[in-house]
Amino acid sequence: MTKEFIHVPSAHCETGSVSNLLRSYGLEISEPMIFGLGSGMTFAFLKQIKINGLPLIAYRMPPKMIIKLLSWRIEGLKFHYETFRSADKGMQALDNMLAEDKAVGLQTSVFFLPYFPQAMRFHFNAHNLVAYAKEGDEYLISDPVFSHLVTAKENDLRRARFSKGALAPKGMMYYPSAVPTAIDYERVIPKSIRFMAKMNGRWNPVPISGVNGIRMLAKNINKLGKTDQHYAQLFMGHIVRMQEEIGTGGAGFRFIYAAFLQESANILGSQTLHDCSLQLTQIGDEWRDFAVLCARLSKQRKGQDYPDAAAQLYKIADMEKEFYQRLSHFKIN
Amino acid sequence: MKKEHTPHQPHPMYNGETKGVYTINEEGQYELSRTSGWDPETIALTQALEEIDRLARQALEKVKQGNSSLLEYYMYAQRMDLPMLASAVGKFQWQVKRHFNPARFASLSQAQLETYAAVLGIEVTQLKTLPDD
Repeated sequence: MTKEFIHVPSAHCETGSVSNLLRSYGLEISEPMIFGLGSGMTFAFLKQIKINGLPLIAYRMPPKMIIKLLSWRIEGLKFHYETFRSADKGMQALDNMLAEDKAVGLQTSVFFLPYFPQAMRFHFNAHNLVAYAKEGDEYLISDPVFSHLVTAKENDLRRARFSKGALAPKGMMYYPSAVPTAIDYERVIPKSIRFMAKMNGRWNPVPISGVNGIRMLAKNINKLGKTDQHYAQLFMGHIVRMQEEIGTGGAGFRFIYAAFLQESANILGSQTLHDCSLQLTQIGDEWRDFAVLCARLSKQRKGQDYPDAAAQLYKIADMEKEFYQRLSHFKIN
Repeated sequence: MKKEHTPHQPHPMYNGETKGVYTINEEGQYELSRTSGWDPETIALTQALEEIDRLARQALEKVKQGNSSLLEYYMYAQRMDLPMLASAVGKFQWQVKRHFNPARFASLSQAQLETYAAVLGIEVTQLKTLPDD
């Protein structure tokens, strides 16, 4: 039996999976809308957490946070999460769900998924996908970052679901246990927008996140001229990867959020949101320019241009601050 | 970003896969378009892969000189680093580092070797043999 599954490709794995999953459970909601209602956009520069010796730079909320905020905000939407101690039980639970014709979201490690190009297979433990059927020992998978449906052998999927290390998925499986028939957009959109703006803007006391985090990164880039050049080059390349690599929708999630603002503007008929969407698009374009600068610096052996990159970041920080201030008291008129 | 500015700079390492980016179409509406690659990104990814490759080759040199064990080589070859490997096997970094000693590595039990091989995504026999080239 081959089951039909409507696979809508998306930019980000988590929001894309949830969007496809909810559609199969009868709730039509777009990827940007999920990202927006989950207040997903942020910035964080975590110097202490190292990935391959380089600090973590995040442009979105931590994994799972978006789904949690989403199910808090939308009345009547509940998600069921399950993790497993034993891989056998985890695979059995998955098979049971699929036997009932229910699609489920899974947290996996990219490294063990054979359908990814070899160059992209890193040990990233928080990749989301939707499994919707099983044929023989092959699982049919809707992976939102791919334009087409994919498959994975049982053994590979088992290893991907039970990979170890930071953010270990422990076979995490999730599906909506209650789905509302409609969403009260007039109530939830302003709420989620205000939350996002306050979290990143003036009301944010944390020096490493939001606008403050961007400035801190700029400060660190300024200092790179004095450190080991090999490290500095790696650092610049690392920024580009964190910002643009698969799953960000471009410009470190700024474009997804702009798409959300536009969709919201159309639903609520709000001119403010429409303007803000354009403003964020401009900010996103600045981020893209910043990525170009970083990529150039990552190839330069003697980087004299670090102040340029830092200046670009300070500019972005100012632009984002203005943007957040505009939205932190957003109400529908 | 406008839709017509979507970069199309494919690189063979993507195996022809595309990814989604949100762009503005002719009517001023956001939509998801597909990009086959973008040079700044390709540069960054290539650099990351080259760095891993460099560390792996360095480790292999050390193994051949008898200064390190194959565990260190396969750790890099399988795209991990010490903190990652240590947290994956549930050990402290210094405990894993001890197993970079060839003599200690040679005396590891089958169970320990299996744990390492599993998180690295290889077989125990491979973990104990030098790569071909």
